[in-house]
Amino acid sequence: MTRRAMMWLMMVLGLLAAVPAMAQGPLRLEIDRGIVEPMPIAIPAFVAETPGAEQYAQDISRVVAEDLVNTGLFREIPRDAHISRVSTFAAPVQFADWKAVNAQALITGAVSTDSAGRVVVKFRAWDVFAERELGEGMQFASSADGWRRLGHKVADQVYSRLTGEQPYFDSRVVFVSETGPKDQRQKRLGVMDYDGANVQYLTDSASIVLAPRFSPNGNQVLYTSYVTGFPRIHILDVGAVQSRIIETTGGEMSFAPRFSPDGRMVVYSMTQGSNTDIWAMDVASGATRRLTDSPAIETAPSFSPDGSRIVFESDRSGSQQLYVMSAGGGEAARISFGEGRYGTPVWSPRGDRIAFTKQNKGRFHIGVMNVDGSEERLLTASFLDEGPTWAPNGRVIMFTRETQGAQGASALYSVDISGRNLRRVRTPAGASDPSWGPLQ
Amino acid sequence: MKHLPKALMLMAALAAGACTNANRFGNGSGSGNDASMNNAGVTSGVLPGSVDDPTSSAYFQQRVGDRVLFAVDQSTLSPEARATLDGQAQWLLTNSDYMAVIEGHADEQGTREYNIALGGRRANAVKEYLISKGVSANRLNQVSYGKERPLEICSAEACYAKNRRAVTVLAAGGLTS
Repeated sequence: MTRRAMMWLMMVLGLLAAVPAMAQGPLRLEIDRGIVEPMPIAIPAFVAETPGAEQYAQDISRVVAEDLVNTGLFREIPRDAHISRVSTFAAPVQFADWKAVNAQALITGAVSTDSAGRVVVKFRAWDVFAERELGEGMQFASSADGWRRLGHKVADQVYSRLTGEQPYFDSRVVFVSETGPKDQRQKRLGVMDYDGANVQYLTDSASIVLAPRFSPNGNQVLYTSYVTGFPRIHILDVGAVQSRIIETTGGEMSFAPRFSPDGRMVVYSMTQGSNTDIWAMDVASGATRRLTDSPAIETAPSFSPDGSRIVFESDRSGSQQLYVMSAGGGEAARISFGEGRYGTPVWSPRGDRIAFTKQNKGRFHIGVMNVDGSEERLLTASFLDEGPTWAPNGRVIMFTRETQGAQGASALYSVDISGRNLRRVRTPAGASDPSWGPLQ
Repeated sequence: MKHLPKALMLMAALAAGACTNANRFGNGSGSGNDASMNNAGVTSGVLPGSVDDPTSSAYFQQRVGDRVLFAVDQSTLSPEARATLDGQAQWLLTNSDYMAVIEGHADEQGTREYNIALGGRRANAVKEYLISKGVSANRLNQVSYGKERPLEICSAEACYAKNRRAVTVLAAGGLTS
């Protein structure tokens, strides 16, 4: 038994001793208890049940393992340490063999292909020490080019069953792909799987594009483009080529758009003269309404998930701070009171927290706070971190990190809301301004 | 050999003066074209359009000064900036064919959206000042690039100071927004 596995076991035993009823409950990873030791999990290569399914079986089980391990909550037991070989999906699980390698959980799966070219995956999850199945076995199918989604679907099921959290792996992120030096940076919109795979570009890099935002159903993207020479809000259908400008007449610039949770409204900033205020537009009718009227800079609005409130940033106090107001506008309550400046607030999909960018003493941080501003916690620190976006389950935040100096470049990072598991998202080029879409 | 650097400078000035030039954010490193170099070799007076031609955009850019700088997170005009803008206003009143877009910029020490709004404030401060000096409002437009188009790329105050700017970019034709 490795030292890490021993520590993890001791922690579980401690929990069981404290809460005897849990001994009867399912295997469960309590994320909020501050897991430090990841749960050991065995994911033997899935069984190929038809000729031609071998590669898919290998690749899909690899995606499942990567999804789970990259959360920081699981540790994969290397396949060469496995004693049992899973050669058929229906074969009884040799629990003793998996206990011997300290696997807490075991995932078995099988992949087949059919005559229509579809890939089918089925899986079962096991609580090794209780010697029983975790939930029901499930099956997913897709066209051949959607095979990675099958891996994400399986991993989502396993993650949900073991953590009790909502899933998030089968989701996409829209972002700005960046190339070229700082003073001639080329930017274009890209969309990718949450883990950086399957990048597709939605625009060319002929003009500056900024801060794309997914619609709640993931079918549309709002973004800011300089294609007219002035920053204007555009909307495009994912998968379509054409975009159109959302008419926000009356100001020199409109930017920082974001959908309401029902997708019917867009909130955004508009600059008139020296003043930047927050406006709302009814997408169907085009009717606009001004929500703030202070002479200060008001920008980066984000709806609460129930659509009743909007968090935004304003420098009306003299420096950038966070405020919450009713979705209809009106009086706003300041919620940020710590040292430094606060910007780019984003309401969590669970409704209980707000993620933000904080600037203090020459450093940038991504942080989270409660909706009333209490319990502020900084999750990251660097030369320049900004623009958080929430995973659909509200457990993970993705953001932009830009490095310092003449060679400075942007990349996407993710971190869980405990501040652990900071990792870079692999993208083919530089990347910024992520917006995490819904679970597919 | 002695004339070569001068010719190159002239080319750079001509290129930078063209309002459609890709380098109009101000690094002035655009390449010239052969025709203008040939012209430079045979003209004895002031080359129309050159930096020595007081009606040229190159003159405006380099002699009058097309940009003003700002303090950190500020959009107020310094006495030095006002002096530059007095010259700009005078020039624009004399050369009434030109329209101008004032481009506001911020350094990289700020969030993206805020910096767009901050650049907007800076552009507007310049626009309002020029209007106060008699330039017609309908000849002026403003835009902000936030931190998207830095001139200098180091991450130090020496560079940041040059990036916190508002640049008055001339356009011969009508403006569209």
